[in-house]
Amino acid sequence: MSRDSALVAGKPEVPPIVQGEVISGADALLRCLLLEEVEFIFGYPGGAVLPIYDSIYGSHLQHVLTRHEQGAIHAADGYARATGKPGVVIATSGPGATNLVTGIATAQMDSIPMVVITGNVSQDMIGTDAFQEADITGITLPITKHNFFVRSAEELPRVMKEAFYIATTGRPGPVLVDIPKDVNIALSPFYYPETVSLRGYNPTVRPNKMQVERLIKAISEAEKPVIIAGGGVIASGAEKELLEFAEKTQIPVVCTFMGLGGFPGTHPLAVGWPGMHGNYASNQALMQCDLLIGIGNRFDDRITMGRTKEFAPNAKIVHIDIDPAEIGKNVDTFIPIVGDVKLSLEAALPKAQPAKSKEWIEQIDAWQEEYPFAYQQNGKLKPQAVIEMFYETTNGDAIVTTDVGQHQMWVTQYYKFNQPRSLISSGGLGTMGFGLPAAMGAQLAFPDRTVISVNGDGGFQMNSQELAILSGMNIPVKVVIINNKSLGMVRQWQELFYENRLSEIDLTHSPDFVKLAEAYGVKGLRAETDEEAQQVWAEALAHDGPVVVEFVIDKNENVYPMVASGSTLDEMVMGDEK
Amino acid sequence: MQKHTISVLVNDQPGVLARVANLFGRRGFNIDSISVGNSEEKGLSRMIIVTEGDEKTLEQVTKQLHKLIDVIKVHQLSDAPMVSREIVLMKVDAAPAVRSEITGVIEPFRATIVDVGPSSVIVQSTGDSEKIEALIELLRPYGIRELSRTGVTAMSRGMVPALKLQA
Repeated sequence: MSRDSALVAGKPEVPPIVQGEVISGADALLRCLLLEEVEFIFGYPGGAVLPIYDSIYGSHLQHVLTRHEQGAIHAADGYARATGKPGVVIATSGPGATNLVTGIATAQMDSIPMVVITGNVSQDMIGTDAFQEADITGITLPITKHNFFVRSAEELPRVMKEAFYIATTGRPGPVLVDIPKDVNIALSPFYYPETVSLRGYNPTVRPNKMQVERLIKAISEAEKPVIIAGGGVIASGAEKELLEFAEKTQIPVVCTFMGLGGFPGTHPLAVGWPGMHGNYASNQALMQCDLLIGIGNRFDDRITMGRTKEFAPNAKIVHIDIDPAEIGKNVDTFIPIVGDVKLSLEAALPKAQPAKSKEWIEQIDAWQEEYPFAYQQNGKLKPQAVIEMFYETTNGDAIVTTDVGQHQMWVTQYYKFNQPRSLISSGGLGTMGFGLPAAMGAQLAFPDRTVISVNGDGGFQMNSQELAILSGMNIPVKVVIINNKSLGMVRQWQELFYENRLSEIDLTHSPDFVKLAEAYGVKGLRAETDEEAQQVWAEALAHDGPVVVEFVIDKNENVYPMVASGSTLDEMVMGDEK
Repeated sequence: MQKHTISVLVNDQPGVLARVANLFGRRGFNIDSISVGNSEEKGLSRMIIVTEGDEKTLEQVTKQLHKLIDVIKVHQLSDAPMVSREIVLMKVDAAPAVRSEITGVIEPFRATIVDVGPSSVIVQSTGDSEKIEALIELLRPYGIRELSRTGVTAMSRGMVPALKLQA
């Protein structure tokens, strides 16, 4: 039975946590979570974490029992992306822990703060290939910011303090804490450290003044400057500073996929987003600029197309990032600025002057006008129109999560993200199955906001079991399936680059999604025409609870524009529309 | 490709060597040799890593190493005067008739015979990698049955500070 009398969040007065009280490792773990102000734990019990779940039973900490560990970790990830606070997951040893791997890698690639707690077999069984034993710290070495194997109940509070600190400071990321069963059972005096001291971990947050001066000088000399704003802007909460900086310097802003919402998408200086399926103006701006200011981005190969020597060939590149290893990793940097994005922009703002960018902005505006994202109506239900409808009906105020594939690109092309943390999507890893559970986490964090989870029919089926949680907890996510009865992005590539040899992309034999939703106790709706789409979407928005809305689209719809793999950004395929 | 010798001061924790080796593996950095042992400070170990690559690769290696939470300091030793040593043990075919010849071969290298068997000897040598290589080539014609090298350990010379790449 839990001795965790301190964890009574529902009561008006929470008894103070007594330092030095002798409690079990499992109780200590929950106290740590309480002290770290964790709101939700997403998880799935099992043999090795029974002591923790016994402590959870005795506490009022909110636990969300997903139907799969992968659902749990994506939900925690969605919560973290929506709030900026670390997501917390618990899974048991062995298969429970390994089911988290995709979610951990997803968080690592997008720099999302997470604390992942796994159980392990007792230490006397470690290394014996015991039942449900897996070396999860070994397995997750390359996909965590750091991980811990806890050897005693005594060290558990310190490890937890360090785990939260590492996950949320510097460049955020997932931290895994593996706790053997005997540590959860063992009794030890509870002491939670107030501070963290890690000799090898001191992220540089304040930028070098000389480099900031060089940036200011470079702006004064530039005629075609561009800012490329990445996820680091959102991670550091630097949206206001970026807006002020761009307006003061009159530098157009391209947001990367992860940076969407970090700068208002409808602002006159917003160019769009670049890369493989980005807009023409953004790609041209990157290729023709003479000064490129990278802010919290990482020059990913979906933007440079891997041809880094030909990327922004005439530009002096400035790179601001809290992670020094990102600077110079993919592209050569003229002015490196290591530091927190918000603090770096704050340092630059007082000296920032308008750039000589009037003609350049006019040129970008002309590109915007000539080559907007566009599609042709052909009498069929167009996914682009559906996404535009989402934007218009929510005034752009929704939190939109996506899965991965064509719909993901249409969402980012046709929904204007004006607020940070309003787009939640797996950018770096491209994780199918992410969208639905991530929406669950985001909606739990913001119960009063409209949360739309846009999925393809492929990705939806990878974690559709989590509809049970939406139903059981009445989490009112609007789950959208853009159904083209195939793996659309794969089909598009096979069509374009594999001589139309459509190998293994047919998803015709999928369940009736409306009936599937109803089987889970979730309202199900379907639209096959524009008129039906308007009608069912209005019904979905009005529904006070979770709803699945299937939009059946033409299976041959492609995402354009496109930069083919191996091409440079200025070699865009504009599709039928242009 | 240029060789670089890097000194990495790390927390003496289980799994730290795996973290470092894993980093090199997954990032596609080559490890020529890696040696680990206690450092001058309790609780810290020093790894000496010899790696190959251009300056850009070296920069990434050091930056990525420094991202590891258990890494305290990263120094590049090979850009400044340094002392580097490794030890080799070689079991060489040595019938009694050729033993004196082998002794003559290894003497200029200040190598020593540390074990004598009925038909073999074990030769031990300490020195920089080039010297070790040279000795191996000289003994190869006699027949090397077993060979074991420690990998390089190294230190910057005198008061010359090692080039500090990451604080």
